[in-house]
Amino acid sequence: MADPMHQFQIHKLVDLPDFAIPGVGVIDMAFTNSTLAMTLAAAGIAGFFALATSKGAVVPGRLQMVGESAFNYIDNLTTSIIGHEGRKFFPFIFTLFLFILAMNLLGLFLVFTATSQLAVTATLAAMTILLVLIIGFARNGLNMYKLFVPAGVPWYMLILVTPIEFISFLLRPVTLALRLFGNMLGGHVALKVFAGFVVSLGMMAAGGGLGLFGIPGALLSLSGVVALTALEFLVAFLQAFVFAVLACVYLNDVVNLGHHH
Amino acid sequence: MEAEAAKFIGAGLATLGMIGAGIGVGTLFSGFLQGATRNPSAAGGQFTNLILGAALTEALGILAFVLGLLILFS
Repeated sequence: MADPMHQFQIHKLVDLPDFAIPGVGVIDMAFTNSTLAMTLAAAGIAGFFALATSKGAVVPGRLQMVGESAFNYIDNLTTSIIGHEGRKFFPFIFTLFLFILAMNLLGLFLVFTATSQLAVTATLAAMTILLVLIIGFARNGLNMYKLFVPAGVPWYMLILVTPIEFISFLLRPVTLALRLFGNMLGGHVALKVFAGFVVSLGMMAAGGGLGLFGIPGALLSLSGVVALTALEFLVAFLQAFVFAVLACVYLNDVVNLGHHH
Repeated sequence: MEAEAAKFIGAGLATLGMIGAGIGVGTLFSGFLQGATRNPSAAGGQFTNLILGAALTEALGILAFVLGLLILFS
């Protein structure tokens, strides 16, 4: 059976000279298939919205409708979670959502999924949590400690609750990165494993004799691949949505610290 | 026992973490459906919360998956 992990290998397409940052080390600047997938995703989004908004009409056409619905969907999301200040963070959340969605969907059409690389998802998670920290400290200053000390909890419970809240805060970027990475990696491995069954059972059937029993098995795996592909489309959208929702929730924690809107 | 064999057994055992995530997601959706069938007009507004809960529950299952990968490939 073909190796299901082979699809996640990164190889250099164009080798660019290494870039040395003093004190940090040498950075490999090569243009890899991962970079290509991300570039295609970004170009795809930019191209789609350039096309969707090129003929701005009062009564939108089909393409403009899709663009406007996506815009409206995330706008409602930020406003419903963060409140009236959600508009400020809308560009970030919308970019995050579209970029992840485009990478996930491109991964289903092309051979390489950029979001199945931990480096990519960890970068997105680190960016989100850094924004949360910067906004939190800029708005609340040292009152940030209230994030770990929920109001209305008796002091003897705080001894227990504060460390738990602190650890769960530290785990946020980790789970944010691992969730997207694990979902995309797991889905694509499952797809390739089932696709491998089709080939190996077909080879068995080609041998004749008892191997002919492989044909119903191969058919079953083939329908499994079709069903899993449909599921992967759902997961691709859902994971982008979940990332956006969680980014909103984490931002809401520091924007509306200590008072619920 | 060979170290390689123990690795595979360990990776297999790590998948047991999915039991918890499965029970969690099942409870979550059963609760949502019970509430949604009793008050369908309020169901739409809780979709974001539903997906959020599913994502937070699923993260623990994903941790088991990543642990399995770590055991296998490191």
